[in-house]
Amino acid sequence: MGEDEKNKKPKLKMAVYWGAACGGCCVSVLDVHEKLFDVVAAADLVFWPIALDFKYKDLKAMPDGYIDLTLYNGAIRNSENQHIAMLLRQKTKILVAYGSCAHMGGIPGLANFSTKEQIFDRIYCDTESTENPEKIKPQHIYKVPEGELELPIFYNDVMPLDQVVCVDYYLPGCPPQTERLLEVFMAIVNGSELPSKKTVIGAYEKSQCDECERKKTENKKIKKFYRPWEIEDDGETCFLEQGVICLGPATRGGCGTRCIKGNAPCRGCYGPPPDVSDPGAKMMSAIATMIDANDPEEIENIIEQIEDPAGTFYRFSLPGSILRRKVV
Amino acid sequence: MDFKPTIVSFLCNWCSYTGADLAGTSRMKYAPNIRIIRVMCSGRIEPTFILKAFREGADGVLICGCHPGDCHYHEGNYKCLRRFHLIQKYIQQMGINKDRLRLDWVSASEGKQFAELADEMTETIKELGPCEVKNTMEKLDKIC
Ligand code: SF4
Ligand code: SF4
Ligand code: FES
Repeated sequence: MGEDEKNKKPKLKMAVYWGAACGGCCVSVLDVHEKLFDVVAAADLVFWPIALDFKYKDLKAMPDGYIDLTLYNGAIRNSENQHIAMLLRQKTKILVAYGSCAHMGGIPGLANFSTKEQIFDRIYCDTESTENPEKIKPQHIYKVPEGELELPIFYNDVMPLDQVVCVDYYLPGCPPQTERLLEVFMAIVNGSELPSKKTVIGAYEKSQCDECERKKTENKKIKKFYRPWEIEDDGETCFLEQGVICLGPATRGGCGTRCIKGNAPCRGCYGPPPDVSDPGAKMMSAIATMIDANDPEEIENIIEQIEDPAGTFYRFSLPGSILRRKVV
Repeated sequence: MDFKPTIVSFLCNWCSYTGADLAGTSRMKYAPNIRIIRVMCSGRIEPTFILKAFREGADGVLICGCHPGDCHYHEGNYKCLRRFHLIQKYIQQMGINKDRLRLDWVSASEGKQFAELADEMTETIKELGPCEVKNTMEKLDKIC
């Protein structure tokens, strides 16, 4: 496409927002480095709290469908996250759940092993460094002489974005690989045909194992599980074959096997491959197949070595999984 | 009100389903709480099946396959056994009592054993009371 033609095109309006997130996803957008110039050449950033000084009222004032593309990162954990998600949905043509938290709940989603009460008790009363004899905890509404103060409502449950609004696409990763974001962004800018709605973009159909360069055999057999620190990784054999849990078989490719290249097993941030509804269930099924024992007692002993199946197999996906939260 | 548990039961085609069938054709009486789903082999039972059953409202899940060494596909029931132990560990972390998931071997000639197993499982679940997973999900869906 010629430079002139590009200039004639109306610029894309783009927003980036964070819900319950660590900030890493916003940083991954900044990580486009000098390509940021290409991005701002093609798009006006109309709302991006981490980098630009826009207020919620500015967002509210925009007409419906005004924003072409919103990258919503972070999970839904309080009423503010939800409120802005709904507002952005109304104002946006293409809403992307950006990153693991918006996709399946992510690390904040691990809070679904606890209740709101347990979390507040721990954080505001019980931590070793807290002194709070009156057990003061955040209130939704608090009256002071000057009037009423209001905080967002903290929910009992963490939810991925698609449990509160309709999502057009998912761009997974903790955080997403910046190259994948650029590919998707450029596809939208150039008006390329996008895949069907509600699908994952910026990731591959195949699993991590498919891309992984470690030495592997067809039939993996595991007699004993090790935590990564309990074993000296030889740097070249498949982690699972060394007895270290790697979520590669149940995780989509797209990150460039970045953890494995750094000699750490995959922890599953890219979410499950297509047609897999529950990444943890898929991984449990795969692991069970590999366990090299038929004797009930031996099987039990080997499985005993998997210390925390729920936290390991659903590290990034608990709220988006079949059971969603611990039953209390 | 009397609690009538719903127990979803996955039975392998070659042994356990035939065993359950025998219980029926021999007119043995057993608790009517078991909802049977026939699968080709216990090795076909994905963890997702079990989790979905709980999510949709099962109070218990009973899996039956051929006795060790008798699986028509050689290894299916061993695979099932390994999955079973792992999932049992997982569901406990999710706040589901491990006795809500049970695995047993039932051969084609063990109609009586199947009937007894159905009664036993029903008793266990009655003691545990209703499973709260479905309720929890419904409450979750109401938030937004
Ligand atoms: S399990 Fe992990 S280390 Fe092994 S092949 Fe798959 S991605 Fe590579
Ligand atoms: S290797 Fe796994 S955990 Fe690491 S970035 Fe890739 S998908 Fe995420
Ligand atoms: S055929 Fe019965 S368990 Fe495999």
